[in-house]
Amino acid sequence: MLRKESKEILANSRDRGWVLEPEAKHLLSLAGLNVPKYVWVKSFEEPARFVNQIGYPVVAKVVSPQLLHKSDRGGVVVGIDTDAKLEEAFRQFSAFEGFDGILVEEMLSGVELIIGAKIDYQFGPMILLGIGGTGVEIYRDTSLRMAPLCQDDVQSMVSALKARPLLEGYRGTEPVNLGELTLMILAFSDLVMELEEFVESIDLNPVMCSADTCVVADARIVLRKELIPE
Amino acid sequence: MDLQTLFEPKTVGVIGVSLKNDRHPANVIYNKNHLRYPVKVFPVNPRGGMLRGERVFTHISEIPQKIDLAVIATRAEQCPEILAECIQAGVRSAAVISGGFTETGRNDLQDRIAVIAREAEFPFIGPNCLGIYSPDHVDTFFLPTERMVRPEKGGVAIVSQSGGILVDQLIKFAEEGIGLSRAVSIGNKALITELDLLGFLANDHKTSVIAFYLEGFGKREGREFVLAASKCPKPVIVLKGGKSPGGSKAVSSHTASLAGDYESFSAVLSQYGIVEAKNEFEMVCFCESLSCYQKSIEGKIGIVSGSGGHGALAVDACFKRDLPVPTLSEQTVKEIRESLSPSVQLIASLGNPIDLTGSGVDDDFVAAVTSLSRAPEIDCIMVLLLPYLPGITSDLGARLSQIHQQEGKPLVAYVPHVEKYRMLIEGFELNRVPVAHSVEGAVQMVEAMRRCRSC
Repeated sequence: MLRKESKEILANSRDRGWVLEPEAKHLLSLAGLNVPKYVWVKSFEEPARFVNQIGYPVVAKVVSPQLLHKSDRGGVVVGIDTDAKLEEAFRQFSAFEGFDGILVEEMLSGVELIIGAKIDYQFGPMILLGIGGTGVEIYRDTSLRMAPLCQDDVQSMVSALKARPLLEGYRGTEPVNLGELTLMILAFSDLVMELEEFVESIDLNPVMCSADTCVVADARIVLRKELIPE
Repeated sequence: MDLQTLFEPKTVGVIGVSLKNDRHPANVIYNKNHLRYPVKVFPVNPRGGMLRGERVFTHISEIPQKIDLAVIATRAEQCPEILAECIQAGVRSAAVISGGFTETGRNDLQDRIAVIAREAEFPFIGPNCLGIYSPDHVDTFFLPTERMVRPEKGGVAIVSQSGGILVDQLIKFAEEGIGLSRAVSIGNKALITELDLLGFLANDHKTSVIAFYLEGFGKREGREFVLAASKCPKPVIVLKGGKSPGGSKAVSSHTASLAGDYESFSAVLSQYGIVEAKNEFEMVCFCESLSCYQKSIEGKIGIVSGSGGHGALAVDACFKRDLPVPTLSEQTVKEIRESLSPSVQLIASLGNPIDLTGSGVDDDFVAAVTSLSRAPEIDCIMVLLLPYLPGITSDLGARLSQIHQQEGKPLVAYVPHVEKYRMLIEGFELNRVPVAHSVEGAVQMVEAMRRCRSC
């Protein structure tokens, strides 16, 4: 069952039509998906404690209800490793329309995947797995299944990718943790079945997968227009 | 809903026959069933009168017998009333041939007939369709008998959203010797949908393969359909029309853009082991293959030919479809080599594909196919036959089929389809071995067997 907290996030986002990234990540973490350590801050002084705890480098992203595709507009800065750079990012982002603070996150490494969902008119909830990043629609290396998924489905989705060797360890790189990836996709599939009435589509892109773990680095939840959550 | 009377009625009322125009669809339907099928047919027209010496009834309720199937071919506006009359009169089912419903914007009329029928649990097919053709039972297609091409009786049932595609597929089935159990044109599917027909055909003892031509499902209907098809003990083949997206829709996420309607459709079919035919040629090959073989295989093909070129083309086609053509084991090669005729022994190339050369004779093909039937590295045999070679006789089809029957390994053949080679082709087909009319077609037949399972 969808938690009360998750329902509130959906209800608060309905006018905007999509869920702000920090709230989307909170909703995902409630469903058992790994998200990076992050703080959502409104002033530049605040991230200090967070940076002290996890250390540089970090990623900074603008939070704005008017910006669904933030990386297309230069709203993401990666590899920030000094206070000065963080301040510069903050200064830049404050100029964005609808500025509502910045998200400071730990830097992640690994293979970039996309895990997505779409509520299909004919088939209902569908899950997508593919090679992620900003080039997803260029490479189009994806596999699709009808949810809910079982473990075998996930295995066959991974096998169907052209870039499968990248996940299994290619030319000396370590294989990604397929067990963790499977758990994440299964948890996501369960979540999507519960969100069916509320959402239109979801992009978890990129999901950073390494030998240790898989973490959702960015999330976009687009809500259904016609039906409104209670 | 019991659909049995739709397919095997004993009594049929044809509503809307014309007393003046013998080419009226209702008259065509009345005439063909009256003359050719083991059903008692009654013509109905509110004006009454006589048609070809038979009494025309003014109402379906006047007919002195219980009617199993009413064929309604009147104007659309009259359909709701006529349907209600049929229900009142205890008719068991109907085919509404008439057009003029949702396809012309008259959603109200279609909703009315659907509501009337649903309330009474009265099964009807259509509207805006050809209805049903059950070989040797009934034919509600308004196409004059002499214009139709009818395939032989057999195990393939085909259900189509388009009447034109359906009739066209029947021609192709006839050309390829594919046997038909039922043909259904479902038109606007106001009441009976693909899902209902899947349920009926899954239990229909005359049907062993179920093929669909469809353009799209209603909301969430696709989900129900694939879940039902995955439980169906018979192979289900689907050809989808309208794959290209109709104009560019603005999409707000990568997933929505990557998982378009057709991409989702195709992915879900393969997830549930439903065989998707990508075009009409695959549809025909898949139907032919799966009507002979219903067990799924990995598709490890052993290829036998009398020409190196045919073998090469076949391997290329297999490669394109990711069908493995494994290397034969030393033991298999040795066994084949020893059983070949002396002149061929020296020149045959025994890789995979096996090339028995233009000197190969019937016995050499029999030897190679027998050994491949027992070779564990192969789960399917493809024979590319060149009937113009001097050593090949028209007996070979039946002889090779016999090996298949004894050894049980699926066998597909390619033989050029011209009248001259008919006996060779029939030697295979009458023994339930599928024969393609192209090398590519033979490879598609193997692919059908591989796809026919959950992936």
